[in-house]
Amino acid sequence: MSKALLVLEDGRTFTGEQYGAAGETSGEAVFNTGMTGYQETLTDPSYHRQIVVQTAPHIGNTGINDEDDESSRIWVSGYVVRDPARRVSNWRSRRSLDDELGLQGIVGISAIDTRALTRHLRERGAMRCIISSADLEVESLLSKVRAVPQMAGADLTGDVSTPEPYTVTATGETRFTVAALDYGIKTMTPRRMAERGITTHVLPASSTAERILATGADAVFLSNGPGDPATADTAVGVVRELLGAQIPVFGICFGNQLLGRAFGFGTYKLRYGHRGLNQPVQDRLTGKVEVTAHNHGFAVDAPTEGSTETDFGAVEVSHIGLNDNVVEGLRALDVPAFSVQYHPEAAAGPHDAAYLFDRFVDLLDVRRGAAREKI
Amino acid sequence: MPKRTDIEHILVIGSGPIVIGQACEFDYSGTQACRVLRSEGFRVSLINSNPATIMTDPEFADATYIEPLTPAFVEKVIATEAELGRPIDSILATLGGQTALNLAVSLHEAGVLSRYGVELIGADIDAIQRGEDRQKFKDIVRTVGGETPASAVCHTLDEALAFAATVGNKVVIRPSFTMGGLGSGMANSAGEVRVQVSRGLAASPVTEVLVEESVFGWKEFELELMRDRKDNVVVVCSIENIDPMGVHTGDSITVAPAMTLTDREYQHMRDVGIAILREVGVDTGGCNIQFAIDPRSGRLIVIEMNPRVSRSSALASKATGFPIAKIAAKLAVGYTLDEVRNDITQATPASFEPTLDYVVVKIPRFAFEKFPGADPVLTTHMKSVGEAMSIGRNFTEALGKAMRSMETKAAGFWTAPSGQGDFASVEELLGIASVPTDGRLYAVERAMRAGATVDQVAQATGIDPWFIDQIALILEIGEEVSAAVSVTPELLMRAKRHGLSDRQIAALRPELAGEDGVRALRHRAGIRPVFKTVDTCAAEFAAITPYHYSSYDSETEVTAQPDKPKVLILGSGPNRIGQGIEFDYSCVHAVMALREAGYETVMINCNPETVSTDYDTADRLYFEPLTFEDVLEVVHAEQQSGQVAGVICTLGGQTPLGLAQRLKDAGVPVLGTQPEAIDLAEDRGEFGRVLDEAGLLAPKHGTAISFAQAKAAADVIGYPVLVRPSYVLGGRGMEIVYDEAGLASYIAGATEIGPDRPVLVDRFLDDAVEIDVDALYDGIDLYLGGVMEHIEEAGIHSGDSACALPPITLGGSVIDQVRAATLKLAQGIGVRGLMNVQYALSGDVLYVLEANPRASRTVPFVSKATAVPLAKAAARVAVGATVAELRAEGMLPKVGDGGDLPADAPIAVKEAVLPFHRFRTPAGDSIDSILGPEMKSTGEVMGLDRVFGTAFAKSQAAAYGSLPTKGTVFVSIANRDKRAAIFPVKRLHDLGFRILATAGTAQVLRRNGVAAEVVGKFSDGPGNIVEEILAGRVDLVLNTPFGSPGNSGPRVDGYEIRTAAVQAGIPCLTTVQAAAAAVQGIEELARDEVGVQSLQGHHLALNAWREGR
Repeated sequence: MSKALLVLEDGRTFTGEQYGAAGETSGEAVFNTGMTGYQETLTDPSYHRQIVVQTAPHIGNTGINDEDDESSRIWVSGYVVRDPARRVSNWRSRRSLDDELGLQGIVGISAIDTRALTRHLRERGAMRCIISSADLEVESLLSKVRAVPQMAGADLTGDVSTPEPYTVTATGETRFTVAALDYGIKTMTPRRMAERGITTHVLPASSTAERILATGADAVFLSNGPGDPATADTAVGVVRELLGAQIPVFGICFGNQLLGRAFGFGTYKLRYGHRGLNQPVQDRLTGKVEVTAHNHGFAVDAPTEGSTETDFGAVEVSHIGLNDNVVEGLRALDVPAFSVQYHPEAAAGPHDAAYLFDRFVDLLDVRRGAAREKI
Repeated sequence: MPKRTDIEHILVIGSGPIVIGQACEFDYSGTQACRVLRSEGFRVSLINSNPATIMTDPEFADATYIEPLTPAFVEKVIATEAELGRPIDSILATLGGQTALNLAVSLHEAGVLSRYGVELIGADIDAIQRGEDRQKFKDIVRTVGGETPASAVCHTLDEALAFAATVGNKVVIRPSFTMGGLGSGMANSAGEVRVQVSRGLAASPVTEVLVEESVFGWKEFELELMRDRKDNVVVVCSIENIDPMGVHTGDSITVAPAMTLTDREYQHMRDVGIAILREVGVDTGGCNIQFAIDPRSGRLIVIEMNPRVSRSSALASKATGFPIAKIAAKLAVGYTLDEVRNDITQATPASFEPTLDYVVVKIPRFAFEKFPGADPVLTTHMKSVGEAMSIGRNFTEALGKAMRSMETKAAGFWTAPSGQGDFASVEELLGIASVPTDGRLYAVERAMRAGATVDQVAQATGIDPWFIDQIALILEIGEEVSAAVSVTPELLMRAKRHGLSDRQIAALRPELAGEDGVRALRHRAGIRPVFKTVDTCAAEFAAITPYHYSSYDSETEVTAQPDKPKVLILGSGPNRIGQGIEFDYSCVHAVMALREAGYETVMINCNPETVSTDYDTADRLYFEPLTFEDVLEVVHAEQQSGQVAGVICTLGGQTPLGLAQRLKDAGVPVLGTQPEAIDLAEDRGEFGRVLDEAGLLAPKHGTAISFAQAKAAADVIGYPVLVRPSYVLGGRGMEIVYDEAGLASYIAGATEIGPDRPVLVDRFLDDAVEIDVDALYDGIDLYLGGVMEHIEEAGIHSGDSACALPPITLGGSVIDQVRAATLKLAQGIGVRGLMNVQYALSGDVLYVLEANPRASRTVPFVSKATAVPLAKAAARVAVGATVAELRAEGMLPKVGDGGDLPADAPIAVKEAVLPFHRFRTPAGDSIDSILGPEMKSTGEVMGLDRVFGTAFAKSQAAAYGSLPTKGTVFVSIANRDKRAAIFPVKRLHDLGFRILATAGTAQVLRRNGVAAEVVGKFSDGPGNIVEEILAGRVDLVLNTPFGSPGNSGPRVDGYEIRTAAVQAGIPCLTTVQAAAAAVQGIEELARDEVGVQSLQGHHLALNAWREGR
């Protein structure tokens, strides 16, 4: 087994074994605490330019199948695991994770103390990191990692968005159509909508409001995606136009941050973010707690108590993260718009928040009913 | 939703004696519940018949009733508390296992709950029945879109046969309302269906079985879930069984979290589980759901649910750091999950799902060696008596730790001769591995060593290939270690990372001078484990609670503890027969006492069922195997982080005791009684010298390393003789032999005999009264903790016999003699702490049978009966306190001792609970329930009352069901007892009992005016008494055994009768004293004058008497 090094920008170094493709890679080191769902994690575009540390020690046990990809490729820039599976065991598996990482040229490292690395990131914050099986000189790697661009200030939607529009049709009869802005959308999201009778037109992130409204969609969906929402001024402008047009808007993750900014709230970078499948979020409408899938390094800075007057009327924080009181959802009271910071599409993750898609459909139903009454 | 204010006084129902399928996990859950409810300001009453538990300690409840777990006694408790002006308004029954749940249902059905206006909290009757009733449960699963196997609920054999035929006779049979899978079985043919269904119908209290399509060989999973009043649900843990479907989960090797599920499959399971929990309607608290997955198609089948805290939830709590029982108790009184704080992080709420960055492995511990003839094949019927859990940063590390936690002959691969099959073919070895048995992993290893591939083994065993590959990985590393030119630090580290112990490496590299040599090599290379933390969140948040496990990884998390000196307490490892919850009790008490005395307490143990491994118990918990290597590394880590005052080895039974000398040799300070003293007591020759110097007598004895020597010794001593290997606990391998032939067969059957392993030959005192003593000695003063008089015949292991405290027939002079002898022994051995001595009083001569310089099995019983915390006092003595100081501060009475109780002191009776009914021979017959010098009981109960008769009646009611107040008594009495038996039997006759007797006994009874009917002995053939008992036509058995040579004749008759009584669930009395006692008890029961008193009340009275002296 050839040796590999992982060097953090603050100089902490871990020595392990080469895993996945040989070579060198860099990015922002973040940890994910999910015990399942590595295939979904790897293919989630929100992890673009990030090196993911899996806290679960055994990764690869169920191999890679043809159904669970969340996009057409692996997006993580590097992968850190403790004990990669030697043997795949699952009835749906088509190939091993090792092969897949090799095939897609994903550089990784294994056999390091992933818990020590996680604790370090928890205490010092997510930071830049380099993994190499080509260069084993710590000093050289350290100078390289310090030259890697920071995640704060990174505009990455262009890297991950679809170049061309495409459509995901509803299962059965189409009740509604939704224009989804792809800032790094996951496969499961349009599928969750399709299950509810929605046909989704997925549009490039650069689409203008005019182009979006021209689809004639009943509503707009703002997807998840990588990068710093503070850089997305253009997209925020588009969202403001959409809100002004009174078209229903539903956002997830990056979409929540865009909506927040459109309302005039700021965003900020969390020290080490939320990445896992066990995060307790309280729906303030019902008081109930849902266990949810998270993947966000940035959050919206909004007052958690009461409602705030914005350019689009009153807005309130609808969901709150119970671990650290981070804003996990927004709801406009005067325009038909809401969003959550986490992942109700849940791939991977628990399905507790699936009701949000139902709320979205309910909102569309109500609007359609109201429209009929007007006629 | 905050705490409920409409309830004030909660009755917690415990689970009773430790039996297979229901062990000390319920002490853990019950103790947590009591702690939580009291800290929330509720008044807590507790009923539990098990004196060995922590939960029945008086400080854990406001009123503790050690009374039988029957509806009648629970009602008495409710009535008594009401009379005392503190009415019970609610009952929590979901933390006391199936026993408590069944009792709750009975109380409801008997109208007790409504009569006293008592509310069931946690789960209501409807939810209990929806979860437990097989058909209702299946309907629910289907309602929520889940799948269940095709099945039929049957009340007769014919119904079952008809259904089984429709699914090809491959079916599982599960009786309703039983625990631990009692009466369950599987069948592959119509004939097997017939046998298994008959057994299942008999085992079910409602004569109902579920017959269902077999899913044997599928993968098995469990989820532990919790729900609160606001309908928030979390999955605490997923558990994957390595053994596929067909082996009871209690007997399976299990892993957490699940290792071979994709997220989609896991989430589907989670969705189904949550939907079921909601539909069943468990209001608040924990539940466990079992699933099967077809490895070929992924088809998910729901198997069953337990609407309560279970063995698996104890495991899940320890595996995740999420205390299910504690939180269940909070939810039961109104809190919601988001209102409860996560103990470990102290910052985040409990409304989340723990995530693990380690792997947990649980391996069951069996006791087949205790039950010769029992079928060792594992089935859906639980047979294990305990378990060990381990935590590692990967599966191989955790597996290695769990295997060496077993304390069986083999401590991981290559550590013991592999026995059968070394030269067998791959096919034969695969055949062996295909049968689920204890030690199947070793069979897998042998098959792979012989060349079987991962796929072949997976195919043969049904074990997922991922797990088999992990075993292959361990074997590859083993080969690397064997084959390497030299064991380099890199190779050593690699071996350690995959769980190989020093002992395993030493076995592979004989030139390394054994385990000690490997350790020296490892330490020279700087290779030591680090200690990680179980934190519920995979390091996402900082952990406050120091709950550690070792791993060969890079960063340790043990923080510096400079403030206080630390004491390490070694626990007792997996429960087994002879070493169970009683030792955990002593360890937990030591923690409590030492913490109070200003020490930092550190617990090391690997038993997930216990209170000692609750992270709330000690200041710091290390969940580690109790092997020399593992303990030494913990000691090292603790020494690095602060000052270690020493290690206590004398409270956890034989396991830590066996480590004492090696720890001392390694420079570790051993507190209390020194290892040399332990040797002195255990070495026959040395102990003989101690006795001689003290002027005490032992039964004549000899030591032999061959049959010739044993024969010579027996000829001098005279038959019958007691033979046993030296160094045993729980009387393992002990037998009474009556003649030379018996001796020859014992020696031939003895597994190992040789110069290092002599056999001890003792005179057997046939007619003696056995006396058990627990005492405390500090080097100056002796505190006699208690004197227990055995009720059973001599020659039965003390752990299996009933005893009374204070002794019922011993006079003051005997007690003085016992006290003096015990002092001399303590001085001679050099005890500094607790000591247990067994005496036999034969004629007027006191013989010393055995002395053990450690906390004994009876410490909790004695402590509760005499209101003196002996284990706490022992812990204090271990760190230098004297008996005089402890008397002065009030931990021990100011004057007097446990041999010196008021004349009107209530009598405490301890009775053993035996597991014979859980075992079958391979042919399906009952196994022989012979009691003898080898301990076989799994647990015990206590009966406490003003007089011996009622105390004894309570003990019988708690162990076997209530003594009858009318009906039929069968009497068969040994000649020597006939004179003494006439009066009690006549009294029974006068009370209206019908008397059946064997011919000889009947003749004597008739001459004395008792109209006894004659019934045939077992050896008389058809129509005999055994058949009558099994047919349910007898309500009470009185049978005193005959001391007769060999294994045939009267003694066998007695055992057959006893076995039948156990199977029929009726009381069986084996001594005239017991019979006389039972008659007293029956009279009291008949007058309905048996009351209940709390332990606190009992202690108050005792202490008041002591104050007044």
